[in-house]
Amino acid sequence: MRQPKSKSAGTATSTGATPARTSEPRQMTGAQMVWEALYLEGVDVIFGHPGGAILPTYDALARYEAEGKIHHVLVRHEQCAAHMADGYARSTGKVGVCIATSGPGATNLVTGLATAQMDSVPVVAITGQVPTTLLGTDAFQESDVVGVTQPIVKHNYLVTDVHELPLILKEAFYIAREGRPGVVLVDICKDVQNATGLFRYDFNIELPGFEPWPKVDKAAIIAAAELINHAERPLILAGHGIHIAGVSKELLELAEKAEIPVVTTLLGTGNISETHPLSLGMGGMHGEVYANRAVQGCDVLIAMGMRFDDRITGRLDSFAKQAKIIHFELDKAEIGKNVKPDVPVIGDLGETLPALLPLIEARRHQPWIQQISEWRGDTSETDILNFETDQLIPPFVIRQLWHATKNATDLPPIVVTDVGQHQMWECQYFIHEFAGMLLTSGGLGTMGFALPAAIGAQMANPGRLVWAVAGDGGFQMTLQELAVLKQERNLPVKIAIINNGFLGMVRQWQQFFYDKRYVGTPVVSPDYVKLADAYGIPALVVRRPEEVGPALEKAHQTPGPFLIDFQVKEEVNVYPMIAPGKAVNEMIRRPKAGVVQGFSGVEPSW
Amino acid sequence: MKHTLIAWMRDKPGVLNRVAGLLRRRNFNIDSLQVGHSEIPGISRMTFVVNGDDHMTDQVIKQLRKVVDVTNVDDVTDRPTIVREMALIRMHTTSENRAEIIQIVDVCKGEVVDVSLESMVVQIVGSEQRIDALIELLENFEIQEMVRTGPVAMARGNALRTKRSIAGWRAVANGQVIVEEATRFSTGGV
Repeated sequence: MRQPKSKSAGTATSTGATPARTSEPRQMTGAQMVWEALYLEGVDVIFGHPGGAILPTYDALARYEAEGKIHHVLVRHEQCAAHMADGYARSTGKVGVCIATSGPGATNLVTGLATAQMDSVPVVAITGQVPTTLLGTDAFQESDVVGVTQPIVKHNYLVTDVHELPLILKEAFYIAREGRPGVVLVDICKDVQNATGLFRYDFNIELPGFEPWPKVDKAAIIAAAELINHAERPLILAGHGIHIAGVSKELLELAEKAEIPVVTTLLGTGNISETHPLSLGMGGMHGEVYANRAVQGCDVLIAMGMRFDDRITGRLDSFAKQAKIIHFELDKAEIGKNVKPDVPVIGDLGETLPALLPLIEARRHQPWIQQISEWRGDTSETDILNFETDQLIPPFVIRQLWHATKNATDLPPIVVTDVGQHQMWECQYFIHEFAGMLLTSGGLGTMGFALPAAIGAQMANPGRLVWAVAGDGGFQMTLQELAVLKQERNLPVKIAIINNGFLGMVRQWQQFFYDKRYVGTPVVSPDYVKLADAYGIPALVVRRPEEVGPALEKAHQTPGPFLIDFQVKEEVNVYPMIAPGKAVNEMIRRPKAGVVQGFSGVEPSW
Repeated sequence: MKHTLIAWMRDKPGVLNRVAGLLRRRNFNIDSLQVGHSEIPGISRMTFVVNGDDHMTDQVIKQLRKVVDVTNVDDVTDRPTIVREMALIRMHTTSENRAEIIQIVDVCKGEVVDVSLESMVVQIVGSEQRIDALIELLENFEIQEMVRTGPVAMARGNALRTKRSIAGWRAVANGQVIVEEATRFSTGGV
């Protein structure tokens, strides 16, 4: 959920959020300015890795750490610093901050920053740069970070003058936070960090080209309400924007008032509790069959805070052709980018949705709901959990994880997934009751996201249960961060590795589209229990279904981190699936149990 | 269809790179691009021509507006506009054809800005078509060197810095009621 925002109509002219912390204008070094600005912005944890060009700034951190103002988490790879800041930001709505040195440090950040930017997560990255005198000379550890990151950030700065630094830092946080959140990178030359200048933080930010909060058009809301009131088969497609704007409650109110079923996107899972009768779960490439049928069958599609990603729409020219589309969106450039809406409603969902609610008539859509229930009816036949098997299958593990975490703590748990098959199973078999229960890399699909992002989320929410769910492929991309769990005084992140010996999702594509030629997909894993032991983390291996429950129980009872290696059946597929380039209603479904099992002796096709 | 767009941007280091990078990575086709100072200190003005359908042009405008340093973007395609280009052409001349070249240049409202014994430099300012016409004529002689700017554009009539999108201009042209500015942005460019 978003933090309280500073709003002003039209172009961005704002004093910024009035920080609870204040500071008198005074002389200080550029390095100190960084920490003073971070402190004033309310940043309490930062993630980073030191190096030559950022050393002055690290040196100035000592005082702030000693005073308990800012805590620094040392990462083992800068990519994970960005992921941690990302996890921190996703789980709190505050701006996450990561810091790295010039050259390799900064280029290592790139993947993490692109991940955050694609999913609209507010992150500020601070990097050191070689001294201004050496800029452009191919100096040691010099790379053009502003040039490298330009296409993947909301904005970035190269600071060559200490007098500009305070304003740039304030602008960076302002741009990252306001409007559609995103990533801002500030590249600070080493001599600027050492130079002394006047620090003040009471600027008015004037960015005439930055319009974070476009004016809400009342006529569009009335037109939208008109369409919704006259719809016979309405459907809400709720995305990440609902979570960012923090309007889950209003969404539920709208859905219940007019009896509109809700399909969510990957990042929108939990916008409406998945236990609710009107929730159809996730739609798109691996969405439920009935959710996708509903999208193709509705007459009014209400898209909220989502951007019609190709994983949701499938083939664009056959996406919801019959429906009138209403698009609630903050970012004007998303309107008409992929799907042309009939009624675009531009503006913050925090404004437009409450304004829409009173205009909506209370209605029932029983024939439509009935229709969806019929579609829903036969899905249980192909649900892998209803198959009789004594093997350990990943969906079973995920469902058990849900059972185990459900009442483990007072606050809802946070599940952070990696990317791949387990990510999709998590969406299908974990029952998300709240927005923000699932943190995952949606847009960029970054493997290795789970562990570092879970660390970030845990640092931000010490009291909550955080599970990192990763595949054996993705986990090995960032497993060096296990050391961070120890260094941060036994940070209690619980880790579940869904270990099937393959890069599962790629293998599934090879099975479907490349005649089962498994090139480059078999993965050899280390003994994760021994690995965890080397880091001083307790761990278990699980091979049988009946061991899952007790293992999860043990993980919850053990203070500090815990790792479970779930050695699951290898070639299980994620169903249903829309092949890339196919329409949403052309789904590959799981073969029914009766067809593949029985007395034929045929190996079941998972 | 070609669209002539004008963008105003803060005169910051790298802003041209930001705009050019955006156009490249969003896969927009740019025919030409000109940057220079505007009447406001610290604000540069860029005129560029994109080649694409309405959907693409709409995206170009919207994506450019998202660039923090870009303060405004305007589509002047459907408006009465003065569009000018300039070209400098070095002609190889001999005593026989010098007079004839000068005559052609005069007729085409060009100007001879430099003369030496074996060559002369011709300058022409005008619409794209006019420059094309002169070049076509001069190609009958020997062109040694040529440099040509892209078009720069300015709307006719009173200065009007609006934020209207193509759809907005269509609506005005069709005599439709002008609704709020926001709806004009929002129609997806069609």
